[in-house]
Amino acid sequence: MRRLSLTFLLALITLGVFAQDDLMKLLNQSASKEINYTTATFKSTRIMNGHSIERMPPGQLDVRISHRFGMINSGVYNFFGLDQSNIHLSLEYGILKWLMVGVGRGSYEKTFDGFVKFSVLRQSSGARVMPVSVSVVTSAALKSIKFTDQTRTNYFTSRLAYVGQILIARKISQGLSLQLSPSYIHRNLVATELDPNDVYAIGAGGRLKISKRISLNGEYYYVANPKTYLSQHIYNPLSVGFDIETGGHVFQLFFTNSLGMIEKAFIGETTSQWKNGGIHFGFNISRVFTLKKHEKPANY
Amino acid sequence: MKRLFLLFFFLNIVLAVNAQKFMTKNGFIGFFSHTSMEDVKGDNNQVVGALDISTGEMVFQALNKSFHFDRALMEEHFNENYIESDKYPKSVFKGKITNLSSVDFSKNGIYNVTVEGDLTIHDVTNKISTKGTLEVISGGINANSKFNIVPEDYKISIPGVVREKINKNLEVTVTMKYTPIANK
Repeated sequence: MRRLSLTFLLALITLGVFAQDDLMKLLNQSASKEINYTTATFKSTRIMNGHSIERMPPGQLDVRISHRFGMINSGVYNFFGLDQSNIHLSLEYGILKWLMVGVGRGSYEKTFDGFVKFSVLRQSSGARVMPVSVSVVTSAALKSIKFTDQTRTNYFTSRLAYVGQILIARKISQGLSLQLSPSYIHRNLVATELDPNDVYAIGAGGRLKISKRISLNGEYYYVANPKTYLSQHIYNPLSVGFDIETGGHVFQLFFTNSLGMIEKAFIGETTSQWKNGGIHFGFNISRVFTLKKHEKPANY
Repeated sequence: MKRLFLLFFFLNIVLAVNAQKFMTKNGFIGFFSHTSMEDVKGDNNQVVGALDISTGEMVFQALNKSFHFDRALMEEHFNENYIESDKYPKSVFKGKITNLSSVDFSKNGIYNVTVEGDLTIHDVTNKISTKGTLEVISGGINANSKFNIVPEDYKISIPGVVREKINKNLEVTVTMKYTPIANK
């Protein structure tokens, strides 16, 4: 009898275990394999100076305030550059899941600028595997500073410059993301005949998370045009700094050898170099406002 | 003895196969936090859940990335900073109705039930016990429950600067509309 009850007990236990495993198995079977899109490859729509593959989600307005101070090698008299400041203000908005636009104004050459950024590929795993995210940025800049040579005929189009970039990024791990950014710039008017209208460059950037909310970022653009016989020597821009995220703000604090805050300026017109202390301290502040509630997925 | 064991073993299988199981693929689990500064609401409408009415076993599984928020930034922070969806993609509940005998599955109506089990979020498992209702309807069972969880119990750390904006207790709402599944 005792044996019988023992067997029975054993049988019951088996039943219990069996049932729950069975239910879990049932769930796993029916849980449709989803596409797991990689999110937050970068914290912000900029790595430092240049664009990252990230876009503003639809209905979100990003108000960005950026400063680049003077050069550190300008000494104590200029408080290591902090006495001077270049400003760029911009409003950037997500229209669709894959499309964002932005307009801005920078004090450097009194430039107005606008850009369109759209997503071509999104890194994903699961039901569809895509190793990289790809975004495309096109932007235009209009410098409104007075022409230096007032005697010649100055056309409005001479104020314009255009930029096209293909951004290819991969979030390699939770903490590490890398990006390559082939870039092309066309300037309608350049200072002298020596300077090329077309500038070709390739950028490389990345971020390494130090904690959940702080990351170490770096960004470098290699300008492919020969840089020797230009009217003014230009250097490859290098920026190193931190992203600090606090709720709705992202603070980007960094050192860079470029003064410009738009592609046309920092890729094509960086005239100081790290070697001799021609470094600017700079920051970007991004504050995101939700104008339209987050769009729920289609099957919601 | 061996025969007897075998007998019971087979009996088990028969029982298990005949067990009536109910399931849903679009169950709802949402959580809500209210403070004077900010309301945070995450909704997941793609929860898979199953219920075995012969044993009272109940399981849910929610993909963390399927929680959606009014603000895209909240959703990003939820996935990146709090729940860490890439490391811990799923939240799972495995439990059991403790007063199964008080539910008459053959009669339509609303029955109060108590459910106990293990809730796993962020790779931390805690025992929870909650009250809820089972509504037996023709062709299905609806389950509803509300309970509170504390993020810190699941080793989800909330930094000081935003601690004020998130309630210490998150109110979790579970709504499942089960339909029977065919026996295999």
